[in-house]
Amino acid sequence: MNTNLLLLILAGSVVGAASGYLGSFMVIKRMSLVGDALSHVALPGIAIALLFGINPMLGALVSLMAAVLGIWYLEEKSEIYPEALVGIFFTASLAIGILITPEPELLEALFGNIENITIFDGVIIGLSGILIFSLTRFISKKLLLGVVSEDLAISSGINISKINLIYLALVGLVVALGVKFLGTLLTGALVIIPAVTAKNIAKSINSFHLYSIFLGILSVVLGILLSVAVNIPSGPAVVLVSIAFFIASFLFRL
Amino acid sequence: MNKNILVVASLRVQFNKHEVLNNLSFSVTRDSTVAIIGPNGSGKTVLFKALLGIVPYTGKIVWDNDAKIGYVPQKLSVAKDLPLTVFDFLHLRENDEKKINEVLILAGFNPKETKHIHHDMRVLNTRLGSLSGGELQRVLIASSLLGDPNVLLLDEPTSGVDAIGERTIYKLMSDLKKDKDLTIIFITHETEVVGKYADKVLELSHEH
Repeated sequence: MNTNLLLLILAGSVVGAASGYLGSFMVIKRMSLVGDALSHVALPGIAIALLFGINPMLGALVSLMAAVLGIWYLEEKSEIYPEALVGIFFTASLAIGILITPEPELLEALFGNIENITIFDGVIIGLSGILIFSLTRFISKKLLLGVVSEDLAISSGINISKINLIYLALVGLVVALGVKFLGTLLTGALVIIPAVTAKNIAKSINSFHLYSIFLGILSVVLGILLSVAVNIPSGPAVVLVSIAFFIASFLFRL
Repeated sequence: MNKNILVVASLRVQFNKHEVLNNLSFSVTRDSTVAIIGPNGSGKTVLFKALLGIVPYTGKIVWDNDAKIGYVPQKLSVAKDLPLTVFDFLHLRENDEKKINEVLILAGFNPKETKHIHHDMRVLNTRLGSLSGGELQRVLIASSLLGDPNVLLLDEPTSGVDAIGERTIYKLMSDLKKDKDLTIIFITHETEVVGKYADKVLELSHEH
């Protein structure tokens, strides 16, 4: 196995694990659609980064963080969750992104195809993975108590609004890491599908998180190997592998 | 005579210029049981939220220095497929497994019971969403006991609970009060239980 493929698999495993872990909270917070739509916002950021010759991952991160602040603000200020507004905002950013992304890179930015990865990207992904895991673990009990009952969480002295902002920022970070592998249209799938699959088979909260992490890693690793073996883009390959696991879990549940 | 554990004076809560509670004053003596009754929308749950400091208010809410509050929120709607067991739920607020077993016993469960209680599962391994209304309420009561409270606030503890479960919960409330010297404040719609369990009744109305 060559060093580049090994590095791709290692970095992909970190992205898969982090997506699976964060996704497990997103699914039970009933925010799956927001998670999916959020990834679309990365496109204008990538486009601007490409136009100015800077790292597309950084461009994606900046636009995602702006979107995260927007969602958080809307969630805080509105009694009813403004889903329609989120839908409009994300579709608009996708449309703008498509118009300004340079033509040769557009398909790759939308659907993801990673053949090469630099050591620098690998290190950034590794460090971000450590940050995501440690911070998510730190806020996990507070997040979960908020899922069961916000009143119970707040009356226990938990600042739900702060915890939600940290969580959304971590989701923004994992999406920024994932866009190289899966593109802006498909990255949301890596956050959602392994977690939904894990929910079908898990019996407790710990097994749910573990299955979700494990399925995230398996989807990315098998997807990358499939893309190399049959020469297809990595993004669709990873998504198809994760969907195969979902179908299997669905049958297991029947 | 017992001293007050809670004094509320000129309490006002407003939401978007709509006055939910207006100039409410009352006190609660230590170790007493107070029932809060009133029609829907009269501000019973909002009063609890103000007492817990969850919503902004004007006026005075003064808890005694040693008051430790346990809170049982209104009936939760827990998704059936939420992979959170009773143990997972209690473990969110307490790491000590011995303490978790202790509060479950206080709430009328037997965590060591080998007989399966529900859907062939022992209570600790049962998902929250698979519990009956009465069982879920008792798990919430168990959770409220984790911080060794001396005051319990229960928001309609028997809503969504069948008649047998209802009796179990009220019996549990009076047992806890005796065993743990608790002050209990509960919201209810059932006027027949008020006379049986409450020392004092606070009636809220729309006409503030």
